[in-house]
Amino acid sequence: MIRIPRLLAVATLALFAAPALAQAPIKIVGLVELSGTGATSGTNFDNGVKLAVKEINAAGGILGRQVQYTSGDTQSNPGVAKALAQKAIDDSAYVVMGPVFSGSILVSMEETRRAEVPNFTGGEASAITQKGNPFIFRTSFTQASAMPKVARYIKNGLKAKTVDVMWVNNDFGKGGRDMIVKSLEAEGIKVGADISTDPGQVDFSSAVLKAKQSNGDALFVYTNEEESARALRELRKQGYAKPVVGETTLTSQKVIELAGEAANGAVAHVGLSADAPLPTIKAFDAAFQREYKAKSDHNGLKGYSGMYFVKVITERIGKVDGKAFAAAMKGAKISVKDNPGVLMDVTFDQNGDLDRESFLSKVVNGKQVIVETLPPLGAK
Amino acid sequence: MGDFIHLLVSGTATGAIYALAALGFTLLWQAAGVINFSQGEFVMLPAFAMLFGISFGLPLWLAFLVACVLAAIVLGLGFKRAIADRLMGHGVIPLVIATLGVSIAVKSIVRAGYSAEAHPVPSPFPGGVLSIGGINVSYADIGTLVMAGAIVIGLQAFLNRTVTGRAMQAVAQNTESARVLGIDVRRMVAYVFGINAVLAVVTALLIAPTYLAKFDMGDSIGQKAFFAAIIGGFNQTRGALLGGVLIGVLENLVGFYVSPAYKEGVALALFLAVILFRPEGLLGKAEERKV
Repeated sequence: MIRIPRLLAVATLALFAAPALAQAPIKIVGLVELSGTGATSGTNFDNGVKLAVKEINAAGGILGRQVQYTSGDTQSNPGVAKALAQKAIDDSAYVVMGPVFSGSILVSMEETRRAEVPNFTGGEASAITQKGNPFIFRTSFTQASAMPKVARYIKNGLKAKTVDVMWVNNDFGKGGRDMIVKSLEAEGIKVGADISTDPGQVDFSSAVLKAKQSNGDALFVYTNEEESARALRELRKQGYAKPVVGETTLTSQKVIELAGEAANGAVAHVGLSADAPLPTIKAFDAAFQREYKAKSDHNGLKGYSGMYFVKVITERIGKVDGKAFAAAMKGAKISVKDNPGVLMDVTFDQNGDLDRESFLSKVVNGKQVIVETLPPLGAK
Repeated sequence: MGDFIHLLVSGTATGAIYALAALGFTLLWQAAGVINFSQGEFVMLPAFAMLFGISFGLPLWLAFLVACVLAAIVLGLGFKRAIADRLMGHGVIPLVIATLGVSIAVKSIVRAGYSAEAHPVPSPFPGGVLSIGGINVSYADIGTLVMAGAIVIGLQAFLNRTVTGRAMQAVAQNTESARVLGIDVRRMVAYVFGINAVLAVVTALLIAPTYLAKFDMGDSIGQKAFFAAIIGGFNQTRGALLGGVLIGVLENLVGFYVSPAYKEGVALALFLAVILFRPEGLLGKAEERKV
């Protein structure tokens, strides 16, 4: 007597609930450095993702579903990043964005790999994509693809014979130091002083004095944003007059803002730049400045384009399925013509590394100026 | 030799900044028995106050003066009345816990208001390098040394040669005797809190262009200042100076002759050595306190 109405009620509820479940938002979780030494990188990456999510939702979402993005602060600490990755999995994240710091992603990606959740990172250490993890994907160049371009510039552009290397002693810095030394030697350039500095280091006086004493033809600086700014200020303070070259961070917007006049003249290879002379990036730059009243550094572009990779590939596979997503990312080619949000034509390889055009930038009068557009490695 | 002298000068300049913050530690301890573990945040807050002033178009020197006045009121008298007065007389531990709490709260507030990102602070000194006989010294280091030196000499002269200064020293040496002699102990202690706040502003002016203004910039300077005060002797203002300069110079020498990666450990190593072999500090005097 009572069971039939109950069954009817359950069936009715299921009938009404089904479309609602189908329209449940797609959960994307950010693991980002909102405090600690990576605060600048993480905040920009996070803001980039948020901006993309806002645009995607305003345009109808992904496969008709809205995107729900939440981010947690790793505090630039790998242990915290790992715990947050576990939480993201418990919260049924479809895709995890971040962390940006190589040291953090190297630890946290073990969690997303175990749960078979696709994970985009802003980290650039070569080791990230050399561990056979099918669920890890980059939003930027790996050091292995960027450093040969830097070494080529030092050889052909600066005609340097000896280069001093100043690097930050963390996973990002160590990976970069090893790759630049290898690339410089491949170009027949000698490495002079090999100067290790600490993450979060505030006083660069002895490091700069070491570079001055070494008397190399140029200095390669590979540290995180705040440290890069402090190094540039100290180089200016001590009257260092030789070329200062870097990769990505050295001429980033935040470094220019922090270093002020001391940043002038610095040159760096950048995979992404808000000043790149491309219409899609100019549109991004304008939207970012409207939204956050600040200019994005390369990490903002990483987060933004990374979120659009999620949209494009999910729509390509036609379903919200992490394993199918990861499979579709292998060898994926995404054209900016059909998907302006990805900012530039991009190709992914089987390891999750990406290839696209890049730029040589120089700081002139407190502004990053793109002096040359470099072709993708695969185009050569 | 030129490099060594350069390292000595720039290390002394950095050490002089540590010494200014360390002076605050020793003054508060002597006059009021207060160990202020939010001393680093007392340096961070004026850095942001100056940035705030600059954002309204104030020149750096005016922003600095405004920060001095604000600091004397908020970090000096405000801190004394709201926290120190209520907990003095209850031993050291409640004050330590309270100041640690202040440190966390202040950092959280600044982070919420100014974000976790670093912000550039203009230097009060011109850029460039002065070369004398093959020795290069930056104008910033010279300016820092001159300014910190003037502050320290001025403070010593005030403490030793003025009636108020001597009264403050009397309070530091024996509060009860000072009271019997008719010295207004409460006022003298208030002066010490005010002086500590102004010293923090000067420290901020000198260090923020290098450290950059950031919500956690006080962690490092607070720690170094505390180590400097312990190394030199917590109950001696001259000890704070010695401790600060010793740390600054040794950090530079280790950073250059050993590796920049080890320089951050110098203060801790010195601190441990002093605690183990001369707990009263290099210039300090052994004393007993009822806790």
